Amino acid sequence: MSARAASYTPAKRKSSLREQLASRSFGTTIQRLVIYAILIAASIAFLFPLVWMLSTSLKIKSQVMAMPPKLIPDPIRWANYPDALNSPNFPFLILLKNTLTYTLLSTTGVLLSCPLAAYAFSRLRWPGRDLVFLATLATMMIPGTVTLIPTFIIFRSLGWTGSYLPLIVPAFFGGAFYIFLLRQFFMSIPMELSEAAVVDGASHFTIMTRIVLPLAKAAIATVALFEFLACWNDFMGPLIYVTNEKLYTLSLGLYAFRERWELRYDLMMAAGLVVTGPILILFFFTQRTFIEGITLTGIKG
Amino acid sequence: MSRAVVPRLTLASGLRRRGAREALLGVLFALPWIIRLISLHIYPMLAAFYYSFTRYGMVQAPQWIGLRNYATIFGRDKLPLQAFYNSIYYSIGAVPLQLALGLFLAILLVQRIHGLSFFRSVFFIPTVVPAVASSILWLWLLNSRIGLVNEVLTHIGLPRIQWLSSPRWVKPAFILMSLWGIGWDTVIFVAGLQNISRHLYEAAEMDGAGLWARFRNVTLPMLSPTIFFNLVMGTIGSLQVFGPAFVILRGAGGGGPQNAALFYVLYIFRQGFSYFEMGYASALAVLIFLFILLLTALVFRSSAVWVYYEGTR
Repeated sequence: MSARAASYTPAKRKSSLREQLASRSFGTTIQRLVIYAILIAASIAFLFPLVWMLSTSLKIKSQVMAMPPKLIPDPIRWANYPDALNSPNFPFLILLKNTLTYTLLSTTGVLLSCPLAAYAFSRLRWPGRDLVFLATLATMMIPGTVTLIPTFIIFRSLGWTGSYLPLIVPAFFGGAFYIFLLRQFFMSIPMELSEAAVVDGASHFTIMTRIVLPLAKAAIATVALFEFLACWNDFMGPLIYVTNEKLYTLSLGLYAFRERWELRYDLMMAAGLVVTGPILILFFFTQRTFIEGITLTGIKG
Repeated sequence: MSRAVVPRLTLASGLRRRGAREALLGVLFALPWIIRLISLHIYPMLAAFYYSFTRYGMVQAPQWIGLRNYATIFGRDKLPLQAFYNSIYYSIGAVPLQLALGLFLAILLVQRIHGLSFFRSVFFIPTVVPAVASSILWLWLLNSRIGLVNEVLTHIGLPRIQWLSSPRWVKPAFILMSLWGIGWDTVIFVAGLQNISRHLYEAAEMDGAGLWARFRNVTLPMLSPTIFFNLVMGTIGSLQVFGPAFVILRGAGGGGPQNAALFYVLYIFRQGFSYFEMGYASALAVLIFLFILLLTALVFRSSAVWVYYEGTR
């Protein structure tokens, strides 16, 4: 980086244009090498914990604590995975089924409710709209901690605690963040498109399903992904509302696993990777949607 | 003349009818959300204030005790202040570091280099790892005897650190963990940086502005709305840190060595869901809510001075 700054010293300025260009491109080459070096070093720092997780998960018990630590396990013990998955308090298939129930139903819920609300906020005029929208924005800034206890009391009085209802039902009534995201996206779709359809006698429901939603596929995919990720990774929700071990989600199961297998890092890492793996695979195939979605919220926000 | 009035009237009434139908439809479409907004956001917020003045153990109806919960928080119970201090410490330690590192990586990413999207995805990956999984991973990495972090430290000649068992280091340990998740900030910063017009940099370069001058006079002001966004969201989030602390400290009952990692929300959780002191927990929640509200308002007020919005006044 300092090489680049050097090319602006007065001495260099007086030199011929050709010399200047040559020194500049030399400067940029060095600058680029430095940037790549930092980026690669940072990438290693970010990925190494996961690599280490994988490495530990494949070690035999005596090697986990071996000094100095070895990156490549020798021998490789694949059996750690079946051992972790067959552990009595980590019934993987049940946990997976529970997690998928929670995740998929919630995602369905927000996909049904949020586009409707976003359409109402962006393309329909109704009394109180701006006030309700302001309140919606405010809920995004309100710390969830303050509503935690009263929300629990509400669901308890409904007799819903101990089940998935408190986790799933709200999704069918929308979410502030997703409505905001979709509204921003809907606003960017030209009004003329729907006005022309109104003149042709199309109903708003038709306009929404035939014009707006198809154009907003990217934003809707983002909402689905975010909700899927949020539910899959949710810990506090199931921790509060799910008390029966048979209803545990993967996150809750993993927490219980850590309680039971303290210091068996080989098995803990194997179980942790099993819980993380599906999300990593999902991210691998959908990274563009993820990144674009965050970009959308960050900039417009 | 009367002929001209009639169609105008029907047009007007037609429009009015259409407007009424649109209004009905608007309310209808937004209705599920309005129901949730009232019942799961607005009402619980108000209810938290009410419960904070009561003693409520969930068995009997809430019993009005006035300001007694608050008196306990500021008097007899020493832990709320400790927990508040811990959360503030964590927030002040983590947020500026997250912003600085996130911005630094983002600036490198938007230089004309190959592999922007590759590196961006790599930095983002840790943020999708479930909190419980990343917590047990860091439990292992920060193990004081054989953890990888201490292994690296001794390798470069530094002493081993009792990350999770010394009151001095347990908060820095959580700050360190939080830095693994800066990919989210980085992605937002990259988007903000890509929005800055190249011409501004070219003009600055013409004027002989060096690397630092360009950063100081172009990047920072143009990026200030994005920095502001990340600052507000980062602060609100960090003051409510819960998952990693709960997992690593084995539940809300633990608070780390000498309660040095008893974060505020952890303490609320303990009072509410371990002791079922719903009134007391609500009072604690109300206080952190008011604090965050005040802080956000201050940041918003200050933003008039340092946040530059293009195209406004």
